[in-house]
Amino acid sequence: MSMFVAATLALLMTLVLMIIRLILGPTVFDRLQTANSIGTVSMLLLAVVGFVRGRPEFLDLALVYGLLNIIGTIAVLKFFKYSDLGDDGKRTPPTTRSSS
Amino acid sequence: MMPSVLIDGLSWVLLIAGGFFCVVGAVGMLRMPDVFTRMHASSVTETLGAGLILIGLMLQAGLSLVTVKLLILGVLIFIAGPTATYAIAHVAMLRGLKPVLQHDRSQDRSV
Repeated sequence: MSMFVAATLALLMTLVLMIIRLILGPTVFDRLQTANSIGTVSMLLLAVVGFVRGRPEFLDLALVYGLLNIIGTIAVLKFFKYSDLGDDGKRTPPTTRSSS
Repeated sequence: MMPSVLIDGLSWVLLIAGGFFCVVGAVGMLRMPDVFTRMHASSVTETLGAGLILIGLMLQAGLSLVTVKLLILGVLIFIAGPTATYAIAHVAMLRGLKPVLQHDRSQDRSV
């Protein structure tokens, strides 16, 4: 039992450090990357907490978290690439402030 | 069949190692200088940390539906994590972010 508690504490420490980066992150991509990692860590945390409580049904919640996480990240990135969520991706992305 | 003490010990080691690598990845994300190096740090959490913790949980679950769900979770993390990281790097480059640590390779040969 206590091994799950140890893993839970490590994952909570990971979450605290990542939330600090989420607040500090200078660009939106830092925050997206950190949000994606927080999603992964919270999936692991749900799985481990399910074992701590003796209720592995929490794994279903972890699966849903994972699916929502990847879809959310890709949706925000598509918005930042095309400035439009309904874009079919065929036209070239609008010019950005790239210096090259 | 392995004795349960051995399975418990192995599970201990895997869970502690997984938690350690998760914390290492988070410290790297906090201390690395820009987006592209932070991706490298976060991949430690997403592959090694997640993989070790999931294998440790699988050893505790035994052969059941829970193990299958943990396996699906692992496959999801291993496919979705690199995909999202690739997309973030792609859009960040497109938006004109330059890696901080890049240097001109053409000047290395003269040294």
